[in-house]
Amino acid sequence: MNWIRNIFRRGKPYDDLSEEIRLHIEERAEQLMGEGMSPEEAQRKARVAFGNRTVLEERSREVWRWPTLESIWADVRFALRGMRKSPGSTIAAVLTLAMAIGANAVVFGALNALILLPLNVPQAERLFVIQHGSDVASHSYPDYLDLRQRNRSFDDVAVFAISQSGLDTGKDPSNVWEYETSGNYFDTLRVHPYLGRFFHASDEHGPNSAPYVVLTYAYWHSHFQDDRTVVGRVVRLNRHPFTILGVAPPGFQGTILFFASDIFVPIVNHEQLSGDKMILNARGNHWMFEMVARLKPGIAPAQATADLTSVDSYLKKNYPKEESNDAYTLARPGLHGDYMGRPMRAFLTGLMLLSGLILLAACANLGSLFAARAADRSREVALRLALGSSRNRILRQLFTESLLLSLAGGVAGLVASILLLRRLSAWQPFPRFPLHVPVSPDIKVYLVALVLALVSGILFGIVPVRQILRANPYEIVKAGSTGAFGRRITVRDVLLVVQIAICAVLVTSSMVAVRGLMRSMHSNFGFEPRNAMLVDTDLTAAGYTGERVPAMQRRIIDDLQAIPGVDSVGSVNYPPLEPPGTWQGLVYTDTTADLSPSNAAADPNMFNVSPDYFRASGTSLLAGRALTWRDDANAPRVAVVNREFASKILGSVPDAVGRYFKLRDGTRVRVVGLVEDGKYVSLTESQQPAMFFPLLQSPASWTWLVVRSSRDPQQLAASMRSTLRDIDPGMVVAIRPWSTELGGALFPSRMATISLGVLGMMGAMLSITGIFGMAAYSVSKRFKELGIRVALGAKKKEVLQAALGRAFKLLAIGSGVGLVLGLLATKVLAFIVYQATPRDPLVLAGVVLAMAALGLLATWIPAQRALSVNPLVLLREE
Amino acid sequence: MPEVNKPMTETTSRDLFPGALEMMILESLRRQPSHGYALVQHIQQRSKNLLQVEEGSLYPALQRLLKAKLVKAQWDVSPANRRVRTYNITTSGLRRLDEQISSFEQMFEGIALVLNPSNATTH
Repeated sequence: MNWIRNIFRRGKPYDDLSEEIRLHIEERAEQLMGEGMSPEEAQRKARVAFGNRTVLEERSREVWRWPTLESIWADVRFALRGMRKSPGSTIAAVLTLAMAIGANAVVFGALNALILLPLNVPQAERLFVIQHGSDVASHSYPDYLDLRQRNRSFDDVAVFAISQSGLDTGKDPSNVWEYETSGNYFDTLRVHPYLGRFFHASDEHGPNSAPYVVLTYAYWHSHFQDDRTVVGRVVRLNRHPFTILGVAPPGFQGTILFFASDIFVPIVNHEQLSGDKMILNARGNHWMFEMVARLKPGIAPAQATADLTSVDSYLKKNYPKEESNDAYTLARPGLHGDYMGRPMRAFLTGLMLLSGLILLAACANLGSLFAARAADRSREVALRLALGSSRNRILRQLFTESLLLSLAGGVAGLVASILLLRRLSAWQPFPRFPLHVPVSPDIKVYLVALVLALVSGILFGIVPVRQILRANPYEIVKAGSTGAFGRRITVRDVLLVVQIAICAVLVTSSMVAVRGLMRSMHSNFGFEPRNAMLVDTDLTAAGYTGERVPAMQRRIIDDLQAIPGVDSVGSVNYPPLEPPGTWQGLVYTDTTADLSPSNAAADPNMFNVSPDYFRASGTSLLAGRALTWRDDANAPRVAVVNREFASKILGSVPDAVGRYFKLRDGTRVRVVGLVEDGKYVSLTESQQPAMFFPLLQSPASWTWLVVRSSRDPQQLAASMRSTLRDIDPGMVVAIRPWSTELGGALFPSRMATISLGVLGMMGAMLSITGIFGMAAYSVSKRFKELGIRVALGAKKKEVLQAALGRAFKLLAIGSGVGLVLGLLATKVLAFIVYQATPRDPLVLAGVVLAMAALGLLATWIPAQRALSVNPLVLLREE
Repeated sequence: MPEVNKPMTETTSRDLFPGALEMMILESLRRQPSHGYALVQHIQQRSKNLLQVEEGSLYPALQRLLKAKLVKAQWDVSPANRRVRTYNITTSGLRRLDEQISSFEQMFEGIALVLNPSNATTH
């Protein structure tokens, strides 16, 4: 490989050449002296005859070059030297780019993982989700069987539901999330087991005929330590024996991308898992989570939809009572059809657009910075041009600089985004649900980041090009860098105003969000999450049914109550503000006779609670009495209601106690107590009615215990766990402080605040660099003018006004527009962030202050420079 | 005003066709290995001052020949007792020179025919 050797041995020919040329000139001079010239004259003449020695050496060397690489390397070294000379602006530029490119890479990473990549199964493009209506779960099991049998468009149709069970391997039972699937699920997806075998349609022989479990790779790895002998082992699911058949391949956790299930079980065994004998055959009960179907080869999705519609009309004709009017549609799998897919696509596309805008703004900024620097260096450029450098060479130098910056920024941004994406992948926003965001970056993300870096480098490198191409070295050297500084509005000005406005919007909304979040942290939920623990107990999972459930619940409450330091213990079927939401039930006024749904007075939140719940949860009783253990199945139906319920349904708050209301089945319920209002589903909801029924009159097997105590949560949890183990070692128990559990309810506002805050910071950074670039440019362009002004007696204020007036004007316009837009935008924000109001003097003042601070920060250096103008020095230099 | 570097006669090597300079360098070196300065003198004398080789063209051309391994260079001491870098023509340089000369002769003949058809001679 000659050229490699050449690269390293290049020094030698160069030295030879220099020496040779030196000797050549010497010989010529000697000859001239021999002809009678004086030594000085001869030397001079020899050199003149030889011509430009540097250019000649350069051209001779070019012969040896691996042409571009070497001159690029020279450019790179030159650019690095320049960067070292002004580390501040270099770091600012790299950081700006890193943020902008990083933001794009993160958003693209999410977009790529969630939307662009198909499911990790063979021929995923033929897989579709069959949707019916727009609810989360929309199919019943009998409907599925009919659909599977009667369609003519699909190779196969599979279905699954999602549920939770207690899995007991002999020691320390734990909760698992499971896909209850039809037997053909794996065959429809064409997935093959990592270990053992999967269950098939042929394993199904009626209810409870297939007690098999397939583990996901992750669960097998974390709970069975990659033990290959698990295949064939019998474990207990909700106390029923199930045989482990096999392990799914790594990376396959079911057909919902963001839901990491632990195990797969056949849905025909649903009765064993839930204790419910009826639901599998109930046509009106739409609890199947998702139907996945593989399209036959050669059939178009539109044909399949038509086929489904004809099956639908058969179902409607035969089961008019159970079937809804919704149409069947097809959607892409992965994000639960359109239910999550559509908002997710919209959200991510919006984010992508926003981050693209940010990158563009960053490019515009760096472009003006570059233009300012090019203006500063116009003398250098002019000199180079005058000395025979080509414009191409100078442009290449500039582009080398911009590309270097953008690559550095791109790499930094990519590293940051990879770290962030990794964190995001590992992140579980809701501790109780196995929800995660599977966004590990791949080669596509790297490529996009690289391309973005290169494109932005070219984009902002282009800005000063015209300036340089037009430069007339003669004029510049003669007159200094005083090109005409246009007063007309340029595209850059408009960009800057838009950018400042975006920044102001983001700053406004993030401040509003932060204020709202702060307020909602301290607002009244209608219960007191501090000093309370939540225990999630599922007695069905522990094998309790029928009469044994309430007795067991009573015993648990009494035993926990006996723990020293425990103030009170209550139970509730589902705690308020716990995602996804509470139970509801239609109620009617006492005078309503026709109990059809349209006559209902309201659809209040419904809680089944034990007597001490109000004390344990810290809900204050305003009137009447709390519930007691005597309010049992034999006693008259009673309820405690909140104020909103009283005023909305009973018509009176003071006289609420003692009044009656009706349930859907016609039961009259007497109101015995009145409690304060609270938040039940989300923090941003308007005041909702709520009713509390005694546990013994409306039993529930899945309950949450609320334990109030001022003891240390860790110790308390330990003694609670041992108490519960004493009662039943097979019971699955999850104990958490209520305030931690509330994280889920605060999640949307937190997310909104964080993302707005991050975007606001980015906007602020960009505005600073943007204003800085513009101000620096303006000052350097008018340096001479400023000097003359000072010489003619201008005061500091006047100098500043001349130098920075335009920058400040743009800042003011941008901030004004942004503030107004921001206030409008927060009306939207109020839906996400509780108590977010733009009419907050603190926010208004904060925004104005923040923008002013931004302006000051950004113009500080140019202002110093403008003030330091010394007319004497300036005039002497010229 | 600095003195303008004017050649003694109204000729220039700039208008030579591509490869002409290389060809002349190779031919000179075939007759006698020599260094850069001597080459300039040699070509000028042989062409009776009709051609003047500029150093600005000579040295890049020499580097091209070196790189193509048509010539090789070594440091020597000249008869006048000067340290010089002497260029020698290589075997492949000789081969290339023959090729170039024959193609040049063809071209020259062609041009002569076009310019003056009546004087055409046949081989």
